[in-house]
Amino acid sequence: MSLNKQSIIDCQNLSKTYFISEEIKTEVLKNVSFSINKEDFVAIMGPSGCGKSTLMYLLGCLDISTSGKYFFDKVDVSTFSNDQLANFRKNEVGFVFQNFNLLSRSTVLRNVILPLVYAEVPREEREERARIALNNVGLDESHFQHLSNQLSGGQMQRVAIARALVNNPSIILADEPTGNLDSKSSRAILSSFQKFNQQGQTIILITHEQYVADYAKRIIYLHDGKIIKDKRTR
Amino acid sequence: MKFNDLFQEVFISILSNKTKSSLTVLGIVIGIGSVVAMMSIGQGAKISVQESIQSVGSNLLVIYPGAQKNIGMNISGGRGSAQTLSQDDADAVENEIDFIRTVAPEISKRYQVTAKGTNTNTSIIGTTTSYSQVKNLEMDVGSFISEQNVKSLSKIAVLGPTTRDDLFGEGVDPIGQKIRINRINFTVIGLTEAKGGTGFGSQDDIIFIPISTAQRYLSGDDYVSGINVQVQNEEYMTAIQEQITKLLLDRHNISNPQLADFSIMNQAAILNTMNKVTNTFTIFLGAIASISLIVGGIGIMNMMLTTVTERTREIGLRKAIGSKNKDIHLQFLTEAIVLTFIGGIMGIIFGVLVSFGINHFTATTTSISMFSIILAFSVSGVIGIGFGYYPAKQAAKLNPIEALRYE
Repeated sequence: MSLNKQSIIDCQNLSKTYFISEEIKTEVLKNVSFSINKEDFVAIMGPSGCGKSTLMYLLGCLDISTSGKYFFDKVDVSTFSNDQLANFRKNEVGFVFQNFNLLSRSTVLRNVILPLVYAEVPREEREERARIALNNVGLDESHFQHLSNQLSGGQMQRVAIARALVNNPSIILADEPTGNLDSKSSRAILSSFQKFNQQGQTIILITHEQYVADYAKRIIYLHDGKIIKDKRTR
Repeated sequence: MKFNDLFQEVFISILSNKTKSSLTVLGIVIGIGSVVAMMSIGQGAKISVQESIQSVGSNLLVIYPGAQKNIGMNISGGRGSAQTLSQDDADAVENEIDFIRTVAPEISKRYQVTAKGTNTNTSIIGTTTSYSQVKNLEMDVGSFISEQNVKSLSKIAVLGPTTRDDLFGEGVDPIGQKIRINRINFTVIGLTEAKGGTGFGSQDDIIFIPISTAQRYLSGDDYVSGINVQVQNEEYMTAIQEQITKLLLDRHNISNPQLADFSIMNQAAILNTMNKVTNTFTIFLGAIASISLIVGGIGIMNMMLTTVTERTREIGLRKAIGSKNKDIHLQFLTEAIVLTFIGGIMGIIFGVLVSFGINHFTATTTSISMFSIILAFSVSGVIGIGFGYYPAKQAAKLNPIEALRYE
């Protein structure tokens, strides 16, 4: 099967089965195939338990599929070793989580610097890049030395987005990024995703809410581990 | 992950939970501190025993009259009382055996001594000039018995400080004073420096007089109650002990060494035995103290395991942003090692302070050896690695998804 020239992600018959015991197994994803183009903004939508989080873990290389192929930028990553997966996450993916996952006892700046530490970016560059990333999500100097647990939910998610962007990843994977936020903060976060997408950032958004998915350019509807609808909204 | 980044991460996480980190470090501090302090007590005991033995002279062989009871039991019961050793034996040892520095025969017996209305019962040692060298005697005032004194049977006496205190009072200069031993007048010519009580009887409660004078006026015969032999080199002591035994057996016409009418105390052998005893004592104390070190190590492990649980989500996040398993493993292991290392250094300081305290405020002598410090330090390193490895392994093998979802 030939791969789409413009695509960054190509999934072919991707399946994921969790084996709870020898008799009990749960088939979470069933032969899912789709491609995502560079610079696209895609929402993966579906009710709770439909397999969207599992799909995100596979796309983010936090987990590997039971069967099927996953090509990232034309490279088959479904056979990667643990260290290769770690390198892939470090270089290609920026994660944004529902519960932010900030290091609560570290400063805002330190949280954003962390991916650069693992990427072995020279020390002198790190702080500058973290400051730029934080400015890009609308946080100014006055917040940089705060401990992350001193911030509001909206601010925490901005820090998390800055952390995801700081290493210039190929894709941003956001898992229910507005799930813990009020509607005003949610709108601000989603608008910022649109802004980064317009600047050329590929974004994949996982959500169960239609109004969140509506911020994306394309919505993939998932139900019971299968794609039931795939529509482009703009 | 680079090395300096690793350390920065480790210090950030140690400092972010100061209370917990300090309490964990405290366990190690107490453990290492007790090992250092306890071993210093053991080492102190060893040195004090050594000094005590060597204060009666170094490289010393002492020949006592009286039958040897058993092989391996050097000191006979008839010590000093049997009349089997003579002045001639002492001369023969000095003249016929090589590598001897000097020989000092002695006659010792307790007498009632009087002076100016006071009296005391003390040991009278009749001996020669070389005695002061053999027994490391230092003079406080005056001089020790001279060869001339021995030759001319002078009625002179050298007092030990305790005897001086008993007869004349503390701090009084006794030189030129008269004392009476067995109703014979003696003139005091010297006072020895205090040596303190030793394991071989007080060297301070004593009076020295020329051996010739003692034989003529006090004992009335030619026998001696001991011959002190100082050997030139510690290495020759056993060989010379054998030579003396052979010589004296020949002189006394005894063919079976089992029936010897004298015995020889070898200071080196005693020192050796005492060293074994005090080394065992040191190991014993160290072993007791190391129990607290193990408890401290378990404290480290406990803290690290709790930390891994508490920081599960953080571990998940670190993995999500590209940390490899070995990075996580190294980070948590380094954290444990750094904690024990800090605890180790503080523990050594603590142990040294305790040891100085014991030395200063109690009668117990302590001595800190470099060995115990290096040992404590290596043990703390081993504890860090040993007790940190398992929690670090647990952290490294966490599944990133489960870790991220951990509540």
